[in-house]
Amino acid sequence: MNYEAVIGLEVHAELSTKSKIYCSCTTEFGGEPNTHCCPVCTGMPGTLPALNRKTVEYAIKAGLATNCTISPFTKQDRKNYFYPDLPKGYQISQYDLPLCKDGFVEIETENEKKRIRINRIHIEEDAGKLLHGEEDNNSYIDYNRTGVPLIEIVSEPDISSAREAKSYLEKLKAILQFINVSDCKMEEGSLRADVNISVRPKGSNHLGERTEMKNLNSFRSVYRAIESEIARQIHVIKSGGKINQETRRWDENKGESYPMRSKEDAQDYRYFPEPDLPPLIIKNELVERLKKELPELPDARKQRYVSEYGLPEYDAQVLTSSKELSDFFEETAKQSTNVKAVSNWIMGDMLRILNERNLEIVDIPFPPSYLVRLITLIDKGVINGSTAKNVFDLMFDTGKDPDNIVKEHGLEMLKDQSFLLEVIEKVIRDNPNSLDDYKKGQKKVIGFLVGQAMKATKGKADPQILNQILIKRLED
Amino acid sequence: MQITIQDIEQIALTAQLELTAEEKERQLEKFNKLFQDVEVLAQVDTSEIEPLAHVQSIKNVLREDLLQESLSQEKVLQNAPDQEEGMFKVPKII
Amino acid sequence: MQLHEYTISELSSLISKKEISILELTQHMLGRIEKLDSELGCYISIVEDQAMEQAAKVQKMLDKGILTSPLTGIPMGIKDNICTEGILTSCGSKMLSNFVPPYNAHVVKKLYNSGSVLLGKLNMDEYAMGSSTESSYFKKTRNPWDTERVPGGSSGGSAAAVVAGEAIYSLGSDTGGSIRQPASFCGCVGLKPTYGLISRFGLVSYASSLDQIGPLTKTVTDCALVLNAIAGHDPMDLTSSRRIHPDYTKALINDVKGMKIGLPREFIDDSVEKNIRDAILNAVKVFTDLGAECVEISIPVMEYVVPTYYIIALAEASSNLARYDGVKFGYRASNPKDILDFCKRTRSEGFGTEVKRRILLGTYVLSSGYYDAYYKKALKARAIITREFNKAFEQCDIIIGPVSPTTAYKIGEKINDPIQMYMEDIFTVPVNIAGLPAMSIPCGLDNNSLPIGLQLLGKRFDEQTIIKTAYTFEQNTEFHNLRPNLNV
Repeated sequence: MNYEAVIGLEVHAELSTKSKIYCSCTTEFGGEPNTHCCPVCTGMPGTLPALNRKTVEYAIKAGLATNCTISPFTKQDRKNYFYPDLPKGYQISQYDLPLCKDGFVEIETENEKKRIRINRIHIEEDAGKLLHGEEDNNSYIDYNRTGVPLIEIVSEPDISSAREAKSYLEKLKAILQFINVSDCKMEEGSLRADVNISVRPKGSNHLGERTEMKNLNSFRSVYRAIESEIARQIHVIKSGGKINQETRRWDENKGESYPMRSKEDAQDYRYFPEPDLPPLIIKNELVERLKKELPELPDARKQRYVSEYGLPEYDAQVLTSSKELSDFFEETAKQSTNVKAVSNWIMGDMLRILNERNLEIVDIPFPPSYLVRLITLIDKGVINGSTAKNVFDLMFDTGKDPDNIVKEHGLEMLKDQSFLLEVIEKVIRDNPNSLDDYKKGQKKVIGFLVGQAMKATKGKADPQILNQILIKRLED
Repeated sequence: MQITIQDIEQIALTAQLELTAEEKERQLEKFNKLFQDVEVLAQVDTSEIEPLAHVQSIKNVLREDLLQESLSQEKVLQNAPDQEEGMFKVPKII
Repeated sequence: MQLHEYTISELSSLISKKEISILELTQHMLGRIEKLDSELGCYISIVEDQAMEQAAKVQKMLDKGILTSPLTGIPMGIKDNICTEGILTSCGSKMLSNFVPPYNAHVVKKLYNSGSVLLGKLNMDEYAMGSSTESSYFKKTRNPWDTERVPGGSSGGSAAAVVAGEAIYSLGSDTGGSIRQPASFCGCVGLKPTYGLISRFGLVSYASSLDQIGPLTKTVTDCALVLNAIAGHDPMDLTSSRRIHPDYTKALINDVKGMKIGLPREFIDDSVEKNIRDAILNAVKVFTDLGAECVEISIPVMEYVVPTYYIIALAEASSNLARYDGVKFGYRASNPKDILDFCKRTRSEGFGTEVKRRILLGTYVLSSGYYDAYYKKALKARAIITREFNKAFEQCDIIIGPVSPTTAYKIGEKINDPIQMYMEDIFTVPVNIAGLPAMSIPCGLDNNSLPIGLQLLGKRFDEQTIIKTAYTFEQNTEFHNLRPNLNV
């Protein structure tokens, strides 16, 4: 029996407004505990919420960018429950009239494009942060984060695999970054995902019992957790057991999930309309204005890279996976005549170095024009390919422009024919059998000898000239 | 609509209140008395009526996205029953 | 005449003419509080040092010509559910018995700016939930007319202080009658303004869609003066109206000729004590003698205003009081076993019985399975009640009636029958449900020499018609001059 997975994601993204959703405290990440707070966001008696206009506008933009319908009439509701990180004992959220509905996002699967539908997007406030004492029996609360505006994006259960979930999450992240409403940093908690998973026999119309997975702090966790849960559920069913509808907590270190205390499931939130906040009428003019303000979205940009720059789909996909990456690429491509090379450098060496050194695009210590210059140096034959890689590394180390680096380190390609001939002669002398091997017809010898010559010149020789000289020499 | 002791217990749990047996009885008695009077509401024909959550007709009142100075950490914690290193302190949350 | 017997307008004149100093006035008031308050129990906190400092500062500003408001130098008391920075704000509860807000309520800021001098924070029913001030954690307030009787509630301290001369004016809050009923029991003027006229920022919420802050004063003129000072939009309260409010003193006109005064038949039926009915009918005669027309109207929805009110109020209250969990401020249970025990015990020990009752009821009507039958139903009933009052106002300019079916009862008499007490809010709650303004003014004494209040209800934002009608009544009667004999 083959099983298929039915997966839905609930994604929370922190909106990058200056001030919180219901008060004028900063939304800045970090800071000493309880220093970004006021009577409103700490729920002191007598305080009232005042809705931040930008929160609504950003949420509408997120809805427009995901093809949602924007509700013409919307309101906020109280979600009532007790937890120490929730200062008022209720969260102001939206219940039955969310701001955005019925949208979708397109992802690439192995074979084709797939549409993941979005059920709703609504605005709500974030809660505080809890720290649990290691040795003592206490917990500690920091309310800096309470009141940071969130949008909750709820997908339909259209996702069928961990890979699709990851793609969906990446696409949402790219979209939200492109439209500048969230910086979507999972490590900082500005993008969070909870996953709902069930399995069923392939082709069945029935929905299996589902579980909810929490504590997914990275894309990798999302992927691993889903794979793990699908496997676990299939295993349980195959062994004749039943899936309990429960919330499970993912442990990234152990690579396993555990059921959380089931009292979570029995919550009666007693939703009712928030009496302290007047409802909202979203007029067409506002929606149209915000639509016009939307920048080019990732998919549109990707298409443009394919048609305008002639890049393959795969390259365009990678380059539009994040706004910063895409912006860096565009800046560089604009100034360069060799867009394919730009694409290759960024997708290859640059992403590798960023990964190795744990850097973000914003940390790159040089401007796009330096990369353009580097490529020009190669194209003009000033340096060769492998030198260029060294130069690129040095650009990251020093932030200096490539011309400077090449001069300082004397990395210009060696092209002097007589000098190179001497090098070749020495290489051949050092490898006497090579001549014979060549005469015997082993063309591989050329590569080997060129390699040796490159070594001798510390990689600076012009490989084409070397090749020419070598072949001429061998023929003689 | 008769409410039972079990109902009271459930409600108390939801509201994070702990009642003694005597309190539960007394509250139950008053509950049932009030809900007798509330029954009159059930007779009112509200089939064509929309619920009125806000008595004012004002809509779209919003605040501009401007920063204002937050309270000092000291003032935020000034009424805290227990605190440590700038954070509110409570028994461990499992 | 002693200083505490004067009205705001009289004192304002004496102060600006330099016939008395603000310090002298403040000292006098503090002295009066010292003499009376151990018996009357109006105040939870008295701020002598701040009052003297404020008085001195305000005198300087007056002398420099910086302060010109009619409230300059006038000593006042504020109900203890309105936040005052640096001063205990307890809401009459053990839960907040040590809570010192780091900020001022919007109305407090406005009154400080107008030059008023704060004498202290006034006693109230715990979290404003009650009609007799008997549920205060700290003390009972006694009615100055008969100290064996309640002053009404929940703003009992606010009303008693004004009548006993322990404050020249006070602020109270009204969710279902909590300004008007104590004003009627104690014999002073009490106004619940239109919902949205006064900012609620800094008022500890009981029921968010029903609460309003309002003044308690000796005369209608004083009421208009205080209203002028506290009305107006506050960007921190999105439910506060953006309308520019008028100068309410311009409505102090002695004239009701041609005015249509509605008297609902449901307001003077047998449920109202005879003394009160007589006083109301007498008031009608005063108005008709002056040229007004009395229109008999009917408001059949009166049958279900009380359940509607209680369901909405208690539902909102159960949510508003969820923040009291011992974590950030207020009372905390000692030696908790764990976090669950901590929260439950804090709330169970910190709240009194009536508050707990209301939280339980409110939680119930919002809970899954009951929301539609109770809360949603009540919101629909609210729509009907509002519509019916609007319809009634098509037939008249103002509606009058009693504030309460009884006058002040004995302390302890009704506290064990809370549901009966709820029912006695019948004439006051529809005003909050529909967001209308309403005022209570003294209109007589009953056979036990206890004050009777006349309630005047107006259209939304039509405080002017209420003020004009009430002022006219005052100008043509002597009831507002009656004071209890306190032998001091």
